[in-house]
Amino acid sequence: MNVLVGLVGSDESIKTLEQTIDRTRDVGDDLTVATVEKPEAKRSQEEMAQEAEKLLSEADIDAEMVALEGDPGSALVDYAEQGEFDQLVIGGGTLSPMGKIQLGPITEFVLLNAPTTVKLVR
Amino acid sequence: MAGARQYPDETAGPFPSPPTSFEDRDGRTIEVRASDDFEDTLEDVVEMYVQFDPTDRAQGIPPTGDERIRNWLETIADESVNVVARHGEDVVAHAMLVPDTSDPSTIEDNAEIEWELAIFVLQDYQRAGIGTQLMEYLLGHAIGIGIERVWLTVERWNNPAIALYERVGFESTGTESFEQEMAIRLGDDSTVENGNEN
Repeated sequence: MNVLVGLVGSDESIKTLEQTIDRTRDVGDDLTVATVEKPEAKRSQEEMAQEAEKLLSEADIDAEMVALEGDPGSALVDYAEQGEFDQLVIGGGTLSPMGKIQLGPITEFVLLNAPTTVKLVR
Repeated sequence: MAGARQYPDETAGPFPSPPTSFEDRDGRTIEVRASDDFEDTLEDVVEMYVQFDPTDRAQGIPPTGDERIRNWLETIADESVNVVARHGEDVVAHAMLVPDTSDPSTIEDNAEIEWELAIFVLQDYQRAGIGTQLMEYLLGHAIGIGIERVWLTVERWNNPAIALYERVGFESTGTESFEQEMAIRLGDDSTVENGNEN
């Protein structure tokens, strides 16, 4: 399967990538890792890309890296649509102090607009 | 993110403080009480959530099954603020505030923390006015212990819940995706009658 994983720079992004790497190794998927521009994120786009490359090399996984510009949700969906991807993987929400699952606007945009199957990582 | 949340400039209220007892729209006598030591009421609240119809869960809570319900409540029990409504011995509704901080044990001033609110009413007791009352008494109790900022999220399509929150003074903040975020500001001037510590 040809998989695109989108990372915004949060801790959730790290978890999403780690799980995707495990799955890639198990089933031999083709993996593309896209970082997006989200200025308020914990890590800058560049820092996120560096951490991703480190995790990929530690796991000995070859993946294509791409840095997307512009609105994160729109850029991811557009990139997924232009490529030959079977699945778009993104973080599946954060938990509030109460334990409520919260999905942000990027997730909502991707779910409502992506032509591919979307996987939310919890 | 915490800190970026927008609160109304004006305080809401006034709100009454628990305990109280009232008759609901179906003529049942309902008692509302703040639970100072949540450990004491935990078992009865677990029992309520075991009875709770999961079609009414919101954003993953309450979880289902005795074990997961217990884990969820025990995780938030220590630092949360709880008000319960009982019909006879049974807990029929539960409202709570959970501090939005990574280290609840260091809270010195409740006013400095933002508190997340949730309320659940057992299906057989819905549409009887209990939710509105419980909400008002929770907010009255919150004022008594110095809480000033309360927020919540609600599924955007849950109009009855949004109407209830607006009725007591919550306002929508800018943040909106599948969930609508709402916030309310409380203060000393929003307490009513039988005062309290303040």
